[in-house]
Amino acid sequence: MEYIIETEDLHFRYSDDEQWVLKGIDLKIGKGEFVAVLGHNGSGKSTLAKHFNAILLPTKGKVTVNGIDTADEEKLFELRQSAGMVFQNPDNQIVSSVVEEDVAFAPENLGVPYEEMRRRVDEALKSVGMYEYRLHSPSQLSGGQKQRVAIAGIIAMHPECIILDEPTAMLDPQGRREVMETVTKMNREYGVTIILITHYMDEAAKCGRVVVMDKGRIILDDRPEKVFSQVETLKKIGLDVPQVTELAWELRRAGYDISPEIITEEECAAALEKLIKQSGHGNSS
Amino acid sequence: MLRDITIGQYFPGESIIHRLDPRFKIVLTILFIVMVFTGDKFICLSVGAVFTVLVILLSGIKIKMFLKTLKSLLPLMLLTVLLNLFFIKSGDVLWQWKFLKITSEGVDISIFMIVRISLLLMGTSVLTYTTSPITLTDAVERLLSPLKKLRFPVHELAMMMSIALRFIPTLIEETDKIISAQKARGAEIDSGSFMARAKNLISILVPLFVSSFRRADELATAMECRCYNGGAGRTRLRQLRSAPRDYIALAVTLIFLAAAIVLNIM
Repeated sequence: MEYIIETEDLHFRYSDDEQWVLKGIDLKIGKGEFVAVLGHNGSGKSTLAKHFNAILLPTKGKVTVNGIDTADEEKLFELRQSAGMVFQNPDNQIVSSVVEEDVAFAPENLGVPYEEMRRRVDEALKSVGMYEYRLHSPSQLSGGQKQRVAIAGIIAMHPECIILDEPTAMLDPQGRREVMETVTKMNREYGVTIILITHYMDEAAKCGRVVVMDKGRIILDDRPEKVFSQVETLKKIGLDVPQVTELAWELRRAGYDISPEIITEEECAAALEKLIKQSGHGNSS
Repeated sequence: MLRDITIGQYFPGESIIHRLDPRFKIVLTILFIVMVFTGDKFICLSVGAVFTVLVILLSGIKIKMFLKTLKSLLPLMLLTVLLNLFFIKSGDVLWQWKFLKITSEGVDISIFMIVRISLLLMGTSVLTYTTSPITLTDAVERLLSPLKKLRFPVHELAMMMSIALRFIPTLIEETDKIISAQKARGAEIDSGSFMARAKNLISILVPLFVSSFRRADELATAMECRCYNGGAGRTRLRQLRSAPRDYIALAVTLIFLAAAIVLNIM
């Protein structure tokens, strides 16, 4: 597999007399993957994300993005173009008072010629479903819509990888759904690598791979079913599991025969149905 | 209460005034200001008045909006009137009480000033009412671009202006939120003596400033992440092109200006 992001023994601290925030991260993310990074507040997940497009540079170790060392200042723009970043507060990343001009901000900075820029902006807005709003002012939009505009602003750079740092933390359930649908679509239809920093378990459950961080280290890294079946480990570091996984886990503890790898409501419903049918047979016989 | 601010507001539309090249609009506005200030006779001001009415009608924006703008600057106008009424001593005395004296010339000049200020306000409002702030900034940037040779930071200035404009609604919303939050904690924002109110304002301004700095920091990071590197080598989505109508508008304005000057000399 070709890797888009590789970190080697990544250590980071803000200054020499402070504690290490990241304590040796070795992570490889392949092209086209959809990865969630989970962790409690202060686990270092946002700090790690900031290393992926050189907002922060490693104190020790190395980060390579698309073959470029993030410490290489000469290739900074090339790097930031291939790894776009979406932040938590949509208000603080929208630059312009017109939606389409905000989306054009990055291409403008990159000196993309007019015709090409027009095409990219329209395409990006269509892909996040905000094309009808292109002439609106961001202040007229809902949180979810603003965040989709912010995502379009990154897509217009044609990145290979998008890093989203808790993009849904400030949104209502409707907005969260909109953003998650957009991100999933980017990954499936356009093959963009997605790294989603989140503390929502149900969002992580939708990803192809979940990386769990605690105290600056990676403690779990696997498919979501495998990660969430480790209910005790997750609870110990203060994380929850999706409600259905917890239900299955409680049922198992109570002695029922149910798979620990349940992460979606459909899977849970099916498993419960099976369980009830089995016990129904048990009673009648 | 904060949403009633009309100065600097933009009303989208498709009128001929809306469609003029913003660079021309700025130049026309400057010519208009000259037109209003050039003379000291009513006849000359009337040219400016006709021009203002014409432009307002063409813009298709409700007269009500312009009157609202005037209303918001009423205190300033009253002050001008008072100063002129009582401090101009020449002309026939109409009314006197102790050292206060109103003369016919004072009245004339007061009326003249009121009309002048009103025209000025309404005429210049047309610029902001019919041009989106971002286009306006763009136009300023391009009009000033020759100054780049003198190392004047034109692009940076325009970027600051457009970011400021972008954040006005956000900060108004935030201020509303802070006011509500402080009220919920028992702060009395709208009552009390002037001093008490001024003091209460601190409880709004401090959180507002703190959050603005945080916003500025985050925005700067977000801009860097989108490869912002100053003005060099940037291309633009918004293209400004002048059309024949811009030159016609310029010609009409120049004719009005000439008329004002000629009438003033006559």
